[in-house]
This record gives sequence, C-alpha cells and structure tokens, in this order.
Amino acid sequence: MTDLKERGVPVVTEGDPPPRRTRLPSAVRSVAKHAGLSLLALVMLYPVIWMVVSSLRPNNDIFRSPGIVLDSLQVSNYGTGWNALASPFGHYMMNSAIVVLGCIIGNLVSCSMAAYAFARLDFTGKRLFFAIMLGSIMLPIHVIIVPQYIMFSQLGWVNTVLPLIVPKLLATDAFFVFLMVQFIRGLPRQLDEAARIDGAGHGRIFLRVILPLMRPALATTTIFTFIWTWNDFFSQLIYLTDPDKYTVPVALRSFVDSTVATSWGAMFAMSVVSLLPIFLAFLFGQRYLVKGIATTGIK
Amino acid sequence: MSALDARPRKRDNHARPRKRDNRAAVAFLLPWFGGLALITAGPVAASFVLGFTDYNLIQPPRFNGLTNVHRMLSDERLHHAFGVTVVYVVVSVPLQLAAALGLAMLLDRGLRGMAFYRSVFYLPSLLGGSVAIAVLWRQIFGAQGLLNQVLGVAGVPDRSWIADPDTALSTLIVLNVWTFGAPMVIFLAGLRQIPVMYYEAAAVDGASRWAQFRAITMPLLSPIIFFNLVLQVIHAFQAFTQAFVVSGGSGGPSDSTLFYTLYLYQRGFNNFDMGYASALAWLLLLIIATFTAVNFWAARHWVFYDD
Repeated sequence: MTDLKERGVPVVTEGDPPPRRTRLPSAVRSVAKHAGLSLLALVMLYPVIWMVVSSLRPNNDIFRSPGIVLDSLQVSNYGTGWNALASPFGHYMMNSAIVVLGCIIGNLVSCSMAAYAFARLDFTGKRLFFAIMLGSIMLPIHVIIVPQYIMFSQLGWVNTVLPLIVPKLLATDAFFVFLMVQFIRGLPRQLDEAARIDGAGHGRIFLRVILPLMRPALATTTIFTFIWTWNDFFSQLIYLTDPDKYTVPVALRSFVDSTVATSWGAMFAMSVVSLLPIFLAFLFGQRYLVKGIATTGIK
Repeated sequence: MSALDARPRKRDNHARPRKRDNRAAVAFLLPWFGGLALITAGPVAASFVLGFTDYNLIQPPRFNGLTNVHRMLSDERLHHAFGVTVVYVVVSVPLQLAAALGLAMLLDRGLRGMAFYRSVFYLPSLLGGSVAIAVLWRQIFGAQGLLNQVLGVAGVPDRSWIADPDTALSTLIVLNVWTFGAPMVIFLAGLRQIPVMYYEAAAVDGASRWAQFRAITMPLLSPIIFFNLVLQVIHAFQAFTQAFVVSGGSGGPSDSTLFYTLYLYQRGFNNFDMGYASALAWLLLLIIATFTAVNFWAARHWVFYDD
C-alpha cells in the first residue's frame, strides 16, 4: 500500500504536467473500480445463483423468470429429483464418496513416496525418470484410455471402482508428485541429516520427519483430488455402465437424457446438490487451492 | 590440466560418503514404476501397436497394416472434428488468457478486497468441468433459456443457441472463457514477482500506464503468459464433458460440437472399434505435441527471460 503512494508522490510534488490529462480523484477511481469488479463478479456468478434460485421455483416459472428474487419457496423439486432415478440420489453420492476417498488415500500415499524419492534420494537414472514424470503430467487420458480399458475389462474390473482408484495408488497423478517434490525441496536438509546421525533410515526419515512437515502439501493434494474426482466424468462414464454403480456425474447425465423437457426444477435441484461438496471444499480449502495453483501452475 | 584433474576428484570425494540410495529409491518408487508400466507409458506403447490392428474386444486383435491410417486420411467426420477442436482451442484460449491477465492486473497492487475478488473469479474454474454446469449451460442457451429471457427484455426474438449449428460451439467457448480464474491466479503470483521499483522509476520518467505495461509488465510476465498458454492449449484439446452433456453425447447439432475427444469416445466406446480408436488417440497425441512444439518455437520471438 505504501509503495503505491510513494509511486504517485514524486510526480505531483515536482510539479510536472501530469502525463494523463484528466485524472479523476483517486477516491472516485477506487469506487468506480470496485463497482466494475463487483458487477463483473455478479455477472460471472449470476448463472450459478440463478440455478440455485430456480431449483426452488415451480417448474413453469424457470422458463419465464430471469430474476433471482423468489416469489414463493418450493422445495419439492429436491424431493422429486432425489427420487427421480432408479436409486435415491444419496446412493450415487455414496458411490462417488467411495471413489473420492479411495483416490485421496491413493494419491496421498503413492505420490508422497515418489516425491520423497525424487526430492531426497540419489539414484541411477533419476534425471530421466524425473523428466518422464514431468512429461506424464501433460499426457491426455484419452491417449491411454483404450489400452487401459482393455486391460481392466480383461481383469473383470469394469463396473467396479477399481479402475478409478487403482491408478491413483500407483502415483499416476504426476501433478501431485511434482507439487510434493517442490514442497520437500523447500524443507531444510539439516533435518534429514540430524535424523540420519541418530541412525534413522530413509523409511523413518520419510515417516517421522518429512511427512509431518508436508501437511500443507498433503492438504492441497486432498482438496484438489476431492474436487477433480468428484467432477470427473470421462473415466467414470467409461468404467461405470451399470446404473447401480453410477457416480454423481454419470447419474446426473442419465437424468438429463431421460427427462429433458419435463423437470428442469428437479434437475437443477440435483445439480445444486452435486455442486455443494465442491463449494464446501472451496470454502474451507481456498488457502490451499490458491497456494497449490500458484506454486505449480496447473488448473 | 590441473583444473581438469581436480574435477573428477572433487566429485569422488563428494560422492564417496554419500553412496547412491538405489535400493531405497526402488522401494519408494515401486508404486510409481507400477503406474508407469501399467497405467501411463505401457498403455501409450500399447496404443501405438493397437493402432495397426482391427480389434473389437471380442475377437483377438488382427494386424491390418496401415488400414487405420488410410481410414483416418479419408474419414471426413474426423477432419471435421479436428476443425471444430482447433477452432475451439484457437478462439477460447486467447480470450480466456486475456480475461485472466486483465483481471489479474486490476486485482494487483494492494487492492482492498483482493482476496474476495480472487475467490469469486476463481470459483468457476472449479465448477466449470462438472456435469451440473453443463446441465445449466444447456438450459441457459436453450430455446427458453436464461439468455433468451434476458434478451427478451430488450425485444430480441428467442432462438436456441445450442440447437443452432452456427452458435452451439460458441456456447462452449463462452464456458471455457468463464473459467479464466485458474490462469488468473497464476498471473497474480507472477505479477507479485515484478519489483515495484521498476514501475516507480517509469512513473518518475513520466511513462503512461500503457507504456509501463508494454515495457515492464509484458516482458517480465511473458514466461508466465507462455506457461499458461502452453498449459491451457493442452487442456483445451482435451475438453469433453461439456460437449458431451450439451449435445447429449452426439456432438451435434450437425456435428458442430464434435470435439476430437468426443469422436474418439464414440469410435472406441460406442462402436468398440478399439484399433481405430487407438490410432485416433495417437494422432491426438501427435497433434497436441505439434501445437506445443509450435508454441515453444514461437516463444523465442516473444518470451523474455531475465537472466
């Protein structure tokens, strides 16, 4: 803040003709800027707010009420939507929760192990493997999905959660490996050395020294894994074809295709329900999300 | 000579007490090696081989030489899908990055409430990939959707934006631009790295805001712009969910939202034409690699490294 003032001051005191001809007083400029930004924020979020409001409206009103003021509250859409598919919507949320939980555990364990090796161990071929790991961050899932599907279908794993969780147990979310490598590199090596002098091996150093210090990186990993897995549609669409095994995104999509014109209210209601966990994760995990993006730069 | 002699000795001295941790590394990297073999590199190699076969999951794969390549050359739907995807990438990524950079510059420099705005603008990036937002998009741009309700106030006649082949792709482009928050956060982090004294010095010399942007912000931020560009291009090539939900899985109307990934999905998982789908997957990899390489090549002319 002080930098800002300092930057402006010399220009004025030296009595130079100001380079910009008409400068509004800074208070006015500031108010205008906030008004502009607030307006933009409202425009950006308007569709989502409107969806939440519309989910509380009678079905017919959705097509003639662009506003976000409710005349009357109607929660029946939620009941209708909840029971619109073969199983209650809670069933799909539970399926999603299982996948999400498995993926979080998988990523935390496998990525932290790989990251420790890349950040702290000295081994043959390290540079090459590290380069491969970095490269695999960019690898589109579409390139590997066909052989993967063939493999998993021959193992009889289609319509189970295994094709969704097992890859995470194998440190294939290289983005998180990279994030954790960056984090471990920032920890002082003296800590490792001290533990080594006390006779600790790598297993112990990892578990007792590094892992407890990695909490922020683990939190970032947890939140991103949660959000991405909860939203993930492509692989869940491919591996889960039995309606009983559907997760939230796949269930929601089957809802859309079955009842297009008739029940937007119920569909909006379930859309809101499906976004709620994301929103909560965002609310409570913001700090880690922003830090995670700023340090590694993805998504 | 003595300097040359000194080098290996020095390295030896350094290396002897710290012998390599190969055994520990194997243990720690065991899951990762497994993933490499079974989930990432293995399937990439397998895709390549399968690309030269005819395979429907029931009968064993049968080698058919370059048949799939010939098929790709004459597959007009594929060429169309490629065109749709390139338009999507080339239009939406620059718009998205321009919005991200513009907002980042507005939010920089100790603006009060910055954290709040950053959160609000970032939120769509988290929601944008979900089926729920795709459902919402389908309503907003539908015949009686929110957009028409709003435009109707101004007397604009109703039309279905997603049922019209001329506008359907634009709705998906709007959606991608809407998620500018993630690159914006990266820009904000980058802007904070630029020393304020550069701007102070420029202001003393009477440089206008625009001149400051051209001479200070652009060059110093160019590595970050480049980074975001490479990343978002790769990301945009993989767009799938929104087109799938908005078009009901068809890529319609008239294939106007038939993204490459969607076409690949249809070949592989609707028709179980796994050999051809593998060839398509490899072509996608080559396309993305080419675009990335072009980006890196072009970077020499505009990205400025300050060291």
